[in-house]
Amino acid sequence: MSTRATTESPIMRAGLITVALVFLGFFLLLPLLAVFSEALREGAGPFLDALHTPDALAAIRLTLLIAAISVPLNMIFGIAASWAITKFQFPGKALLITLIDLPFSVSPVVSGLIFVLLFGANGLFGAWLAEHDLKIIFAVPGIVLATVFITFPFVARELIPLMLEQGKDDEEAAISLGANGWQTFWHVTLPNIRWGLLYGVLLCNARAMGEFGAVSVVSGHIRGETNTMPLHVEILYNEYDFVGAFAVASLLALLALVTLVAKTVLEWRFGLHAGARH
Amino acid sequence: MTTSTRRWRQPSVLPGFGLSFSFTLAWLTLIVLIPLATIFLKAAGLGWAEFVEVGFSERAMAAYRLSFGTAAAAGLVNAVFGLVVAWVLVRYNFPGKQVVSALVDLPFALPTAVAGIALTALYAPQGWIGRFLEPLGLKVAFTWIGITIALVFIGLPFVVRSVEPVLADLGREVEEAAATLGATRWQTFTRVIFPAIGPALLTGFALAFARGVGEYGSVIFISGNMPGRTEIAPLLIVTQLEQYAYAGATAIAVVMMLASFAVLLLINLIQAASRRRMGA
Repeated sequence: MSTRATTESPIMRAGLITVALVFLGFFLLLPLLAVFSEALREGAGPFLDALHTPDALAAIRLTLLIAAISVPLNMIFGIAASWAITKFQFPGKALLITLIDLPFSVSPVVSGLIFVLLFGANGLFGAWLAEHDLKIIFAVPGIVLATVFITFPFVARELIPLMLEQGKDDEEAAISLGANGWQTFWHVTLPNIRWGLLYGVLLCNARAMGEFGAVSVVSGHIRGETNTMPLHVEILYNEYDFVGAFAVASLLALLALVTLVAKTVLEWRFGLHAGARH
Repeated sequence: MTTSTRRWRQPSVLPGFGLSFSFTLAWLTLIVLIPLATIFLKAAGLGWAEFVEVGFSERAMAAYRLSFGTAAAAGLVNAVFGLVVAWVLVRYNFPGKQVVSALVDLPFALPTAVAGIALTALYAPQGWIGRFLEPLGLKVAFTWIGITIALVFIGLPFVVRSVEPVLADLGREVEEAAATLGATRWQTFTRVIFPAIGPALLTGFALAFARGVGEYGSVIFISGNMPGRTEIAPLLIVTQLEQYAYAGATAIAVVMMLASFAVLLLINLIQAASRRRMGA
């Protein structure tokens, strides 16, 4: 019995590796290179100028603000949800997990639409909001809501499998030694889950800063006010300011690369892994 | 905590169930359930005749065909090449493998609008790749092919990340047994390996398909957006909204969601049936 029947011939191996690499080269590497190359097409000067416009700076500030609000909200939710789901037994748990995952299966555009139907001028609460001079749609609160919806499952998705694997022995020991609930959480659970939490937060942040469809529907595209970085990319691109569009896009691509590197480091060091759903 | 909650869940010495569970449920209801229910409420308020008129108009039907068709085509491309990528990453060693593996997640991390303009830069008639395809009479950007390429980009990690763990867990003993019994490598693949990873491949396809149907940012730049020809369903929703046609936007969104759920349900049923057949 030769090994030929349990592995592929060297030619077959080389062939499959080549097919995989060429495919990934065309579909992943080339688009990434195109972003930076188009951004620097006219040199560093125009690139930096494009980033230094008031509108671009406003877009960067808004994107950071949106992430700074929505990521912590989903982090708190993710911790609470995984505490309830992994430390206790109750009926309906599978349904709860399915509902938490729901935003993954909704089109980004629909995720924006639902908030327009609720809070837009003709929405359910539109008249009431107008009466009280409150603005949600075409304003920052709407962008935050849509972003929180889109990134809703991210942290919980990473924490639930991790905390299931860790069990609840540590926490039960802490409680039986006299610690109260918060002490147990801060000194036992949080140190156990911190890298998994960071992992989830990282993915959540990348999506929060990069979301386009949902935010596009609720933002109103007001320059300098409700334009996030991805929306600013679209505006510049549609105005044929390609260097500007790709310059802002290259910042987002850098963010993606930093996210990928940090994610890979966490996977190597702590054996974390993402599910197939994002 | 009341006695009724205590009976409803199993007792535990750990505290915080009431707080964490009620916070989870309240936040979920406020952010996800109520907003999602609104769209069905709004659709129900339209009445059947109006719903059909705006939800199944000629333009909407063309958009559904395009969105579901290109998502299925991209899903198939990803099923084939995603399987090859997963196979190579799990079974073989080559220099730079770790970098390649990390790169597979790029579509999860790269904002869709960035992917959209980058792909357009590549495939536009004067683009990096487009300029070589143009003389061959092959138009990619601003046709359904361009849309499919964008959806291949978006969907690839779903297939690779679904298949990889199953392939890694697959015991080599069954392959050795098959070989001992005289099977060729190809027979072992089609009769032993493929049936084992089939469900995971189908899951990957389903996730990529579902994502592709709803995808917006990476597609609108490369698609050309011609009504009836290269206008995807999510874009039609946006167009309707910009014209304040809330009924149209709602009906199209509901049709899309129901169709996606139906496809996912069908795939789940197929998987359940195949698991029963495999005796697992």
